[in-house]
Amino acid sequence: MNAPEKKDSFRLVGTRPVRPDGVEKVTGKAVFGPDYKAANMLQGAILRSPHPHARIRSVDTKKAAALPGVKAIVTGDDFPNLEDAVVQMGEAAGNIADLARNCMAVGKVLYEGHALAAVAATSEAIAQEALGLIDVDYEVLPHVTGILDAMREDAPLLYEDNFTKGLDEKPEKPSNVSMRIQQTQGDTEAALKSAAATVTARYTMPPVHQGYIEPHACVVTWKADGKLDVWCSSQGAFNVRSLVATILNVEMGHVRVMPLEIGGGFGGKTTIYLEPVAALLSKKAGRPVRLTMDRADVFRASGPAPGAVVDVSLGADAEGKLVAADVEFRYSAGTSPGNETHAGLISSVGHYRIANFRVTGWEVLSNMPKHAAYRAPGAPQVNFALESALNDLAAKLGIDPLDMRIKNAVVPGDMTMHGTPYGEIGLLECLEAAKAHPHYSASLGPNQGRGIACSYWVNYGGPSTASVAIGEDGSVMVIEGNPDIGGSRASMAIMAAETLGIDYDNVTVTIADTGSVGYSMLTGGSRTTFATGKAVIEAAQTVIDIMRARAAKLWGCSVDDVAWSDGEARCTGGEKAGETLSIGNIAAKADSTGGPISAESSVNPNDFLPGFAVHICDVDVDPETGHASIGRYTAFQDVGRAIHPSYVEGQMQGGAVQGIGWALNEAYLYNEDGKLDNPGFLDYRMPVASDLPMIDAVMIEKPNPAHPYGVKGVGEVPIVPPLATVAHAVSNATGSPMRDLPLTPDRIYGLMQSKA
Amino acid sequence: MSKLHVTTSVNGDEREFLCGPGETLLDVLRDELDMTGTKEGCGSGDCGACTIMLDGEMVCSCLVMAAEAQGRVIGTIEGVAEGSELHPVQRTFLDHAALQCGFCTPGFIVAAKALLDRNPDPTETEVRYWLAGNLCRCTGYDKIIRAVMDAAAELRQERTPA
Ligand code: FES
Ligand code: FES
Repeated sequence: MNAPEKKDSFRLVGTRPVRPDGVEKVTGKAVFGPDYKAANMLQGAILRSPHPHARIRSVDTKKAAALPGVKAIVTGDDFPNLEDAVVQMGEAAGNIADLARNCMAVGKVLYEGHALAAVAATSEAIAQEALGLIDVDYEVLPHVTGILDAMREDAPLLYEDNFTKGLDEKPEKPSNVSMRIQQTQGDTEAALKSAAATVTARYTMPPVHQGYIEPHACVVTWKADGKLDVWCSSQGAFNVRSLVATILNVEMGHVRVMPLEIGGGFGGKTTIYLEPVAALLSKKAGRPVRLTMDRADVFRASGPAPGAVVDVSLGADAEGKLVAADVEFRYSAGTSPGNETHAGLISSVGHYRIANFRVTGWEVLSNMPKHAAYRAPGAPQVNFALESALNDLAAKLGIDPLDMRIKNAVVPGDMTMHGTPYGEIGLLECLEAAKAHPHYSASLGPNQGRGIACSYWVNYGGPSTASVAIGEDGSVMVIEGNPDIGGSRASMAIMAAETLGIDYDNVTVTIADTGSVGYSMLTGGSRTTFATGKAVIEAAQTVIDIMRARAAKLWGCSVDDVAWSDGEARCTGGEKAGETLSIGNIAAKADSTGGPISAESSVNPNDFLPGFAVHICDVDVDPETGHASIGRYTAFQDVGRAIHPSYVEGQMQGGAVQGIGWALNEAYLYNEDGKLDNPGFLDYRMPVASDLPMIDAVMIEKPNPAHPYGVKGVGEVPIVPPLATVAHAVSNATGSPMRDLPLTPDRIYGLMQSKA
Repeated sequence: MSKLHVTTSVNGDEREFLCGPGETLLDVLRDELDMTGTKEGCGSGDCGACTIMLDGEMVCSCLVMAAEAQGRVIGTIEGVAEGSELHPVQRTFLDHAALQCGFCTPGFIVAAKALLDRNPDPTETEVRYWLAGNLCRCTGYDKIIRAVMDAAAELRQERTPA
């Protein structure tokens, strides 16, 4: 009777209204991270290491401090000493001491670009000049950046006390390998031996950057009363609050984080770099301090995603049924452990029914920046290897690669790799839609090739809070704490308006600061529309119940005789039967019926469902140059139900193109000196509009029964399949297997030549 | 360091500012004139987030010295809408959901308007090449291209005498 729970038809869910924050964003008025200014603010600057690995013998800041206009200087010595403490960071659980040392080096610098001192001054120019006056005495140490190099026994060590975790016995010697994990089922070796066909190959790829266009920036003021205000763009203001408070050893309630509009994150803004440094500068200077990264800082010092070296052996019976998979992957992590290796393991073979598998993951530290989450963190690398091997196996058996997947795909009730059965998943539907799509049967010309791949991402739920408040005139405010990174205000407004039975335009959505709404986990893990959406719907339902009670009071009837439909209370019994009261009517009389009307709801749902995607890509390879261009691209995805289909398609298209960049162009290129050769957009070549065709997004709607409107997460899985999809297409166009990314023209040309 | 005094026109208004010889027009727009609609993504001419019009030409404001603005005519994202009336390309960006985070959007809109002002009937390929200097990491460009094509169609309609 009240909320339209689990209905099949909706008034607003599935429509495409203009996003609430749209006009601000197309007119240049929206305030992003680098746009914010505080009164009497100082500008900060950070001194970064030119060496990939060095001991800091001393930092002399006397000359810099004497420069007129310099108001504060901070080094690693100014940071509180931190016991190792693990904080919950959502997608990436991190060690807080590692994180603090990443914000500012202590004792050693561990990568080129590692921060080791900072200045706040009355102007940017003075701050920069002051950096030049800081004398650092470095003892340069041998460095290592490559994964296999870092794993060697004689490799230079980042830490003398790092002993690989997860081995059967604790190793005697320290190494750069931080962790080994393994999951096995059945007898992989025996099954591979008896398989009708097998393939074995190694796949490699370098680290890549998330590539958000907005560089990191923040303004922090440490006020005289000991409380801090932080303005920054991030994927989660509450996450910033807990990290800043923990690193600076202040009470969490004393840190208030104001979320600014965020110019892209993709996982890369689930951590912090500048905020504690700006805070310490502000404390010393007694004024607000702004810190910003330039693009080279972003590349050198903020999170790339892991590079990888992956070995795969895959076996199938004569009909194409997979019998065994042996996967061993090594992921880079930069200077300290992250979460990608775990995620790589559970994303490796879980989308197929395989009786026997052995998946082994190694996490490898080296002199690169501490890695950060990137959209389905840890999944694309291992998926590239597995899907590529599967394409080779299908070719060997003479089976269509989509049929091969249809034969092996998991269905509802099958087991995930993390030990719970799959719910209402739509992998098979995605595969069948791909097979039936005209793209798959379209003819190809000379030098063209077609590729496909399929992938899985676990998604997430997690804690969220939202409140719904009714204004005195009946207008509806939704207040929540998840930064809107790609249109989530629109989906919250749709879900609130759908539940309340009112127009989309009658709802206003505010992303509140950490002092204004209860806790929400960060925007990540494809969780926001799912989990925060649940909180919004629940709060709206509670508000409906309150309004029914108020209407009952006004009518003098029992609340059981008040129904809620079409955005108004309807009297269904007694004298006033048939009368209605709008939200505005009820709000106008709120003072006499019990006061303001609002409700806050906090949820922590774990009934989320994973995402599945199948991609098809056609490439043209120029035989003269080896240049591969994307001719046609179609993405299929099990999206649950699309609340705002345009923004769901947008996730699919954007993720696909990031994956295309990963496959074709993007790479962190470290030279022999351990320095990044391409810390700019000219040489770190992300896809531009002229590189691409339209990206056809085919949404397969198989609703999540555990969500009132059927939401599954959609943001992450689309980056997973493009790597193998594009490589498969190039392999088919050239006749040479493509096992090392990126597929730059020189690499493709070389492989074509060596074959000819 | 002595500052240079510059007088220029921004979105039709005469503006004066002082700048250092090394400052870019982007720095001055954002920090001195408080017009933060123009964004900095790279500072090296590679992302287009800082796109503005200078004497009718589309430029990256991060590559223009502030002092060069003396006596010139500048147009920024803040001047694209006429009062509260959005330009068609701003409206089609909204209708097509051609922005996700919105950080690249001001640069794309200024660049797209520059294209449509000179070519009201571009092909998809022309739009893609004209906008190749603008990076968007969120959208994969699909909806941006559709929005610009749609705005072009709308502008052609408007221009056709009834
Ligand atoms: S900021 Fe000017 S082109 Fe990137
Ligand atoms: S919408 Fe985020 S960079 Fe374009």
